[in-house]
Amino acid sequence: MIELRGLTKRFGEVLANDDVNITVTPGTIHAIVGENGAGKSTAMRIAYGFYTADSGDILVNGQPRVIRTPHDAIALGIGMVHQHFMLVEPMTVTENIVLGAEPGSAASLDLRKAAADIHTLSDEFKLAVDPNATIDSLSVGQQQRVELLKALYRRAQLLILDEPTAVLTPQEVEEFFAILRRMREQGKTIIIITHKLSEVLAISDNVTVMRDGRVVGDVKTRETNAAELARLMVGRDVLLRLEKPEARAGKSVLSIRDLSIAGRDGTRRLDKVSFDVRAGEIVGIAGVEGNGQTELIEALAGLTPGPSVSGSMTFEGRDITRLSARGRKEIGIAHVPEDRHRRGLLLDFSLSENTILGVHYRKPAVMGVGSVLLDQAGIQDRAERVIRDFDVRPPNPALPARALSGGNQQKLIIGREFELPPKLLLVSQPTRGVDIGAIEFIHRKIVAMRDGGCAVLLVSAELEEVTALSDRLFVIHDGTIVGEVDPRSATSEEIGLMMTGGRGAARGAGAPQAERPERVLGPRE
Amino acid sequence: MKLVRELLFPLIAVVCAFFIGGIVVLLIGDSPLQTYRLLIGSAFSWPDGIGYTLFYATPLIFTGLAVAVAFRCGLLNIGAEGQLYVAAFATAYAGIELAGLPAFVLLPLCCIVAVAAGAIWGGIPGWLKARFGSHEVINTIMLNFVAIALVSYFTQYHYKIPGDPILQTAPIGGGAHLARLGRLIPGLPERIPLNLSFILAIIACGLVYVFLWKTKWGYELRATGQNPSAAEYGGVSIRKQIMLAMAISGGLAGMVGINEVLGYRYRYYDGFSDNYGFTGIAVALLGRNHPAGVFAAALLFAVLQRGSLPVDAFTQHVSKDIVQILQALVILFVAAEAMFRGPFQK
Repeated sequence: MIELRGLTKRFGEVLANDDVNITVTPGTIHAIVGENGAGKSTAMRIAYGFYTADSGDILVNGQPRVIRTPHDAIALGIGMVHQHFMLVEPMTVTENIVLGAEPGSAASLDLRKAAADIHTLSDEFKLAVDPNATIDSLSVGQQQRVELLKALYRRAQLLILDEPTAVLTPQEVEEFFAILRRMREQGKTIIIITHKLSEVLAISDNVTVMRDGRVVGDVKTRETNAAELARLMVGRDVLLRLEKPEARAGKSVLSIRDLSIAGRDGTRRLDKVSFDVRAGEIVGIAGVEGNGQTELIEALAGLTPGPSVSGSMTFEGRDITRLSARGRKEIGIAHVPEDRHRRGLLLDFSLSENTILGVHYRKPAVMGVGSVLLDQAGIQDRAERVIRDFDVRPPNPALPARALSGGNQQKLIIGREFELPPKLLLVSQPTRGVDIGAIEFIHRKIVAMRDGGCAVLLVSAELEEVTALSDRLFVIHDGTIVGEVDPRSATSEEIGLMMTGGRGAARGAGAPQAERPERVLGPRE
Repeated sequence: MKLVRELLFPLIAVVCAFFIGGIVVLLIGDSPLQTYRLLIGSAFSWPDGIGYTLFYATPLIFTGLAVAVAFRCGLLNIGAEGQLYVAAFATAYAGIELAGLPAFVLLPLCCIVAVAAGAIWGGIPGWLKARFGSHEVINTIMLNFVAIALVSYFTQYHYKIPGDPILQTAPIGGGAHLARLGRLIPGLPERIPLNLSFILAIIACGLVYVFLWKTKWGYELRATGQNPSAAEYGGVSIRKQIMLAMAISGGLAGMVGINEVLGYRYRYYDGFSDNYGFTGIAVALLGRNHPAGVFAAALLFAVLQRGSLPVDAFTQHVSKDIVQILQALVILFVAAEAMFRGPFQK
């Protein structure tokens, strides 16, 4: 279907693609895996006409083609679904799909015909999308199917999907894979970019592995396994399953009772949540993003305005409900925020300056009368220690934080918070957008912290991560804890069901779309 | 390397501005070389050229610093103009009302009044933003009108010497006079108004630098400007930083009043400011919000101001408005920095 031959693309000093050769057989699902910055998205963006390669050829159905813009790609039957959806929220599904390819003449827009076409398409692939629903009324999974329809409506034969499962619940992932398989049966060709090995093994026919801008492996999925793929991706053996000793939990460190948090619009984001975290254990919170996890962690870190919080938070027997963020850091509550760019880092500040954020006003960051002057030597020491202990690369404290890769930025934040030193560690999405090698490193550090007697509260959207790390695991849905499961024995289906509120139990795997049944059954009029 | 880059782009902007300006001069029908020799050369003659240039630079250093400090906190202070008017009037008021005090008390007191008045006037939009979230750009612009009208009113109806045709207050007490540098530097006549405020401006540059980069307060202020969410996460009160930054900014703008009232006219003269507050925005922009850059940019703008008179007088066609054109071009090219940055980074 498509063949990339010797693609090379340079961005400034970085060689993003170096002689990349990928051949995709028609009617297959082809996975492209690799760590962040391995060049997989670059290669696909070249295929879709977002970038132009410095050298190399693209062959579509055996013919050499020049693809300069996405328009060229669409004309050749290539469609792409991006990681971040490109949909206009207040408009309907039909309006979104025809955008840029409006049917009818210049003067009149035949939306009715378009809606009918979309309905037929949707039925053909069992997508169950109502053409007349507005985008903002759809769940994330449904929005993704709208993106698929967008490509299909433009008669795409080849679909490029960039990290399509990142936003889906386990059930939605299953649904989504079923759709992909149906598409393959209908003769479509699919390229899926991902870094989740389990999904590669579950869905693909062939795998191309990329590292440092080069193709380092081209294998049939049937003939490989996760360990081999991980080794190809990272370039060394990787421990995929975390080995950790049994937790030796001590006395309760954090105890929250009936914690409720009101959102800006007055709705309850968190509703009467109660649990304890003991010293020397990792308590995990599993859940689909946006179900109150962010609010919970921010409230515990002291970042939620007082009036929005009700209930109580107790730390080592002391009521901290009204304590400021600074006060909480002082008594040993460290916080690794979910969004490192928004919360965790001052991107244009140097690594040294970033390693003192939150403790910048006390020793060893300051010196002299009234502790006003910054102690450059003390700051330098601290930065060098964090960089060394957490293997931050490149190890130059004078670099701006912006210059680091996601994994190294995350290691810097975790290193800074571990320096506190914490008695309670709040960790949110610790390995989002982080390479496999760094994930392993971060996981081991968190377990080491636990074994040192620290209480850890972990929130993650990655089910594998929370089950591997947690000693006890709660599932959150719609602002309430819907249950506790044993992370060693619970299956992802079980947890997934609870994550969607358990309401899907009676309806089987259709839970996520069953939330708004009236909108998925077809046109309302 | 970083320093080179920081210096390079403002320099390119200035060179480009002069190049385009040269074309304009050519079109008008004069020689660009001769015009530029007059424009720049006149700033370097001793003592008048240098003396006046430094005198012109003084208020621009203060307002440039004012805008830079606010900007480092992520705020755009368009209100330096109003702040410096309020401060100048307040310091004149103190100089008149407390004229009986001995110089060693009165002079520092008048300086403090100038800074405090500016800080209060700048602090008001800071407080409004911190408390109600209202935008500082709108509020500082509006407060400019209020300030200018208010001080005019007080001058006209309360502090003018009856019968004086000029809109100015009575003179301040002799104890509040700030020494002119002519008294300290041999060869510099005392008629040149360059005074100790210029030394004060240099000190202010140093203090702002130390404050922003060497103290924990500066760290918090810059962190707030760089990423308020992260600063909040680091235990910094955003509201406090906004108020602090606006007050410091206003205080720095207020120091223009020291130069004007205590060092130059020895009274409040209505409408004295030659848009110092607004030019300060350009100075900060060209100086990349760094005290050293502000100092250099203020000197450049002062050189142009000094050169505008000879250009007016000694060229055939070009008027002093060429200075305005050059300033505008400099700002345009600084703002279009991304245009140069692209090719240079690759």
